Amino acid sequence: MTMKATITGVGMSNIGRKTNRPAMAHLVEAAKRAMETAGLTKDDIDGISTYPGKTDNSPGMSPLGTGEVRNALGLKTRWHGAIPDGPSQMGPIMVAAMAVLTGQARHVLCFRALTESSSQTATRRASIAGAGKARMDGWLSYLVPANAMSASNWAGWMAMRYFHEFGMTREHLGMVATGERAFAQLNPMAVMQSPMTMEDYLEARMISSPLGLFDCDIPIDGACVVIVSAADAAKDCAREPLVIEAMGAALGSQETWDQRTDLTTMGAHDSCADMWKRTDMKPADINVLALYDGFSIFVPYWLEAFGFCGHGEAKDFIAEGNIGPGGRFPVNTGGGQLSGGRLHGFGLLHEACTQLWGDAGARQVTNAQTAVCGMGGGFIAGSMLLRKD
Amino acid sequence: MKPLPQLTAENTAFWTGGADGKLKIAFCKDCAAAIHPPQLVCPKCWCEEIENKSVPGTGSVYSYTVNHQPWAPDMKVPFAIAVVDVDGAPGVRVTAEVINADLDSITIGQQMRVCFMNVDDVWFPQWEPVR
Repeated sequence: MTMKATITGVGMSNIGRKTNRPAMAHLVEAAKRAMETAGLTKDDIDGISTYPGKTDNSPGMSPLGTGEVRNALGLKTRWHGAIPDGPSQMGPIMVAAMAVLTGQARHVLCFRALTESSSQTATRRASIAGAGKARMDGWLSYLVPANAMSASNWAGWMAMRYFHEFGMTREHLGMVATGERAFAQLNPMAVMQSPMTMEDYLEARMISSPLGLFDCDIPIDGACVVIVSAADAAKDCAREPLVIEAMGAALGSQETWDQRTDLTTMGAHDSCADMWKRTDMKPADINVLALYDGFSIFVPYWLEAFGFCGHGEAKDFIAEGNIGPGGRFPVNTGGGQLSGGRLHGFGLLHEACTQLWGDAGARQVTNAQTAVCGMGGGFIAGSMLLRKD
Repeated sequence: MKPLPQLTAENTAFWTGGADGKLKIAFCKDCAAAIHPPQLVCPKCWCEEIENKSVPGTGSVYSYTVNHQPWAPDMKVPFAIAVVDVDGAPGVRVTAEVINADLDSITIGQQMRVCFMNVDDVWFPQWEPVR
């Protein structure tokens, strides 16, 4: 049997809005918690991997690179690297898996740290690339200068087309948002704890049609760490290693948000198809779903990309109650990014691992043995299938 | 203030065609593929002879969104952004702000024509409904 990489630990800092804590304080907290779950110590870590590396492209987007974290934690490594381009925020975890499979490292600390809540100002808002710059280039230069400044605009026109073709309505996305809020109320770590009704959702102000305020995830300050370990090194860890059964990173269209021939699909459809080619498991085998929800509309796209339902069928799949608390295919059981806070996919994977270890408390999915995680939206996509051994 | 595109060998024709009232799209001289965003090489056949040709400047709305959130202090809202399938350039979409339109009246499939807004050395395409 082919050797697989594993996940042996996860940790998340006490995330929040306007925490005014240094990014490194969040990172250290997350790292210590991850080490505790894994039963590892500092000297066990011989690799470090992150997305996207230190950058100030938008405020608080990535205040820490591997340099800052290696130095602060005093790590001696055999592999280090950041992956700004690549198959989504999952890129560094995939690279870590490849690193342990090729013997470059035994235990790789993968991290994501953000201070988007504390760092944004009136003139430099979170996740607005290029703000404050005089000139920009690359694919973003065809969107941002044309006044399509926010990813909510890009996701907005995807949603508009999807609504047009398949008859989805705002109520369907409202089911995604209220379902995740219901999960968040069962998760003490989630940023949004107050109840949200469909009425609350529909009455919230429009951001970029058809997406309203509660269709958008929440900028936060926080950090998350995932430990990827070689299978033989994982045997001694505190928890049962979670096997990375398969990963998918395929991309069949160019890296833009408007040129893909069918914008009712996205990169996720390519990465998921590629992932399933590497396993005998099927969507029906999956217990827990961690689907990137930077915007609510990405959830139905990921559901279809992973094959939980057919193209255009997600609205009915959602309306049938499959994805919320008590559903057959529970999505983002920690509240997701919509109600938990934007940790750029790492938080979703943290939750999936927490579920598989049975550590999810009031929101625990019964007998959770398998999970899929999809990170990214638009052309950005990485897919992963996790299982207990 | 929002940034302007950096003018490059690839994109100057696209961003300055509006000075002559023309929407210019890059085409491969060899296989005739329309290329957007413009490149110095044809992504289909790797031919490096690229020709920037005027297209009629019309198209139909593939999708759109109405933005209500002021992302920058000087941003006036609401406004619409349309992703338009460009006539005469198969597979190419140009995403631009919609002007002279009732925001509630914009629909997928609607016919648009290009006009331009000049800022510094850039002529931004904008879409206007065909009456």
